Amino acid sequence: MSDPRTHINPKGVDLRLWRQVFSSRSLALGLVLTLIFTGAALLSLIWTPYDIETLNIANKIKTPSAAHWLGTDHFGRDILSMIMVGARTSIAVAVVAVGIGMTFGVPLGLFAAARKGSVLDELIMRANDLIFAFPALLIAIMITATFGASAVNAIIAIGVFNIPVFARLTRSGALTLWQREFVLAARVAGKNAARISFEHILPNVTNLLIVQGTIQFSLGILAEAGLSYVGLGAQPPIPSWGRMLADSQTMISFAPHMALFPGLAILLTVLGLNLMGDGLRDLFDPKLRRARS
Amino acid sequence: MKPFTFLTRAGLASAIAVTASLAMAAPRTDLTLGQQLEPPHLDPTSAAAGAIDAVVYSNIFEGLTRFASDGAVIPGLARSWEISSDGLTYTFHLAKGVKFHDGSSMDAEDVKFSLDRARAEDSANAQKALFAGIASVDVVDPMTVKVTLKAPQGNFLFNMAWGDAVIVAPESIENIKTMPVGTGAFKFANWVQGDHIDIVKNPDYWGTPAKLDKVTFKFISDPTAAFAAVMAEDVQAFGAFPAPENLPQFDADPRFKVLVGSTEGETILAINNKMPPFDNVKVREAVAHAINRQEIIDGAQFGYGTPIGTHFAPHNPDYVDLTALSNYDPEKSKALLKEAGVKTPIKVKMTLPPPSYARRGGEIIAAQLRQVGIEPQIENVEWAQWLEGTFRGKDFALTIVSHTEPMDIGIYARPDYYFQYDNPAFQELMTSLDFETDPAKRSALLKTAQDIIAKDYVNAYLFELPYLTVANAKIEGMWVNAPTQAADMTAVYWTE
Repeated sequence: MSDPRTHINPKGVDLRLWRQVFSSRSLALGLVLTLIFTGAALLSLIWTPYDIETLNIANKIKTPSAAHWLGTDHFGRDILSMIMVGARTSIAVAVVAVGIGMTFGVPLGLFAAARKGSVLDELIMRANDLIFAFPALLIAIMITATFGASAVNAIIAIGVFNIPVFARLTRSGALTLWQREFVLAARVAGKNAARISFEHILPNVTNLLIVQGTIQFSLGILAEAGLSYVGLGAQPPIPSWGRMLADSQTMISFAPHMALFPGLAILLTVLGLNLMGDGLRDLFDPKLRRARS
Repeated sequence: MKPFTFLTRAGLASAIAVTASLAMAAPRTDLTLGQQLEPPHLDPTSAAAGAIDAVVYSNIFEGLTRFASDGAVIPGLARSWEISSDGLTYTFHLAKGVKFHDGSSMDAEDVKFSLDRARAEDSANAQKALFAGIASVDVVDPMTVKVTLKAPQGNFLFNMAWGDAVIVAPESIENIKTMPVGTGAFKFANWVQGDHIDIVKNPDYWGTPAKLDKVTFKFISDPTAAFAAVMAEDVQAFGAFPAPENLPQFDADPRFKVLVGSTEGETILAINNKMPPFDNVKVREAVAHAINRQEIIDGAQFGYGTPIGTHFAPHNPDYVDLTALSNYDPEKSKALLKEAGVKTPIKVKMTLPPPSYARRGGEIIAAQLRQVGIEPQIENVEWAQWLEGTFRGKDFALTIVSHTEPMDIGIYARPDYYFQYDNPAFQELMTSLDFETDPAKRSALLKTAQDIIAKDYVNAYLFELPYLTVANAKIEGMWVNAPTQAADMTAVYWTE
């Protein structure tokens, strides 16, 4: 690779990052797939090819055509429109679930790192281990089965299981940072642990969090699809990819398109997010970057 | 090769060939029947679960009378009877030489024991009303039983045909739930919980013996797995097939045949009559007019189902077609809601049990109701939750269920029944029906009863559930209709 400094343009915008994004094929592909599905979800807020609230039974189970690009389902609804709105459900659930995980997990991790070795640190991390020890989807099923099936409960269930992921990651990232000179300097300057955590530690673990967030996001989408598939996620009429799969199950032998497209949607979104996560990790990890250049 | 061994081998080979062709020629005598629900236990006289009768009715247990496939009440263990001129005394003459599967003989004492047990104060029978009219049961001689009623009863012989009224023996009653001992053409053999139940031919059967030697009831609750099991011929027949969308495929396949018959299942959108705003008849009428029955039959049932306008089976001669009272008219529905003075949108809970008629039908009805300003919040539940919360707990606004008991319009006379319809005039009508024995007057009363509940819009009446059976094309003798929940295998045979 040539000297990156030559690419700094006069206005001071750093082109290196974008060059790197597109030099990594997996990152580019991941980004494109993610943007497609996020775009579809956003577009569905203002427009879908067909209304999915009203059913058109007379038009049921039609194979893909010019009028319905991905065909219609067993209620005569346009599958493309369903997938667009379904993307919204998936993304909304995953975003909020990852949000819950970060909101609780990151401060817990920072706190545990700052008080390393204390009783509180032990308490926090063992509680996290406890949650982590359970298979996430199984507990999600338990939570939704106990408190009723709904998108909100699915979000909470998936969100709770994101907390230990972020707490552990933040703590381990923060622990090494606490040994660094700049942190020592900040302590000498009289900053307390809370200020150091948020002003010096947090900005330096952000990359880690973004990469992990992307991975958790894709897991969230899978979890939502799984819960909806067994009927514990978003309830009808809210479309969900998982339920579209479940609904099409008995019809797969004569209407495979009903299962194929929502299945592809899940596959491509999760693939896109994972590629993006891998690519971002390569991009952010200084060791890998040095190794490449 | 030595000539000797060659000849021996040739002889052996032809012998095997002959045996094989003989085996091919004789029809099969075993059958595996798929069913969706596994019974909780095997005592039909102490639980409402239809899955029990779907295994034991007529196969293991028999009553004084029984249902034929077309719903007619025909003689069972009682081969004949006399009814006194005042209609109060029934004298039953029992079949001769009837033995329970444990070898003990069935006589009048067993009948008295069974009926007294069913109508006892502490009886666990799920249909105690069937026996409520009995004043006394007396043994005349070992082959004759006299039943005295409190008042003349029009449908006593019909009541005695129910699976809840079968004859059991005091000797074997203790273990009936796991080791049922009856008088039927099949004997209970084995139950692998969660998987299957085997019954085998009763060689000492008093009547026409069963043609099959062994029947296995295989329980497959998932519709997709049911489809796969039939396609792979793991089961040779499936009673009450749960996925109507797959039937055209079976129909097109020469290996199978599809039987479409009737059930006693009135499929309704049940409305909680005590819960505002549904305590207002205008709101219930609005619900009825918002529903497009044909769309539900096409969308949820893939065309299988007969529209109904009241809680009565369309194949019954006394049925009145009242579908016009609740025709699809969303404008009228909106007007009625306005008239009732309720504020739209009305948000209500709609509880849906697992069958596809409920889950898919519920989504369609929810979409139809949204058009007029009623917004059902769908909640999918399992059967256990439904029975606990909806049926017993009455915690629901709307739910969809099929009432598969025969002639069950009487449930509308029970104000504590889950939809909580309380109309003294209707209750009075049902009481007079109980005492009426004149067929013409009974018919007139039944027609009036249908009219009252249709005009009160107690529930939204959707369609009569069809009885869908998929079977190997070489199987004959299956019940086409389901006048009661049963899988009577006594006359089933393979043609080759």
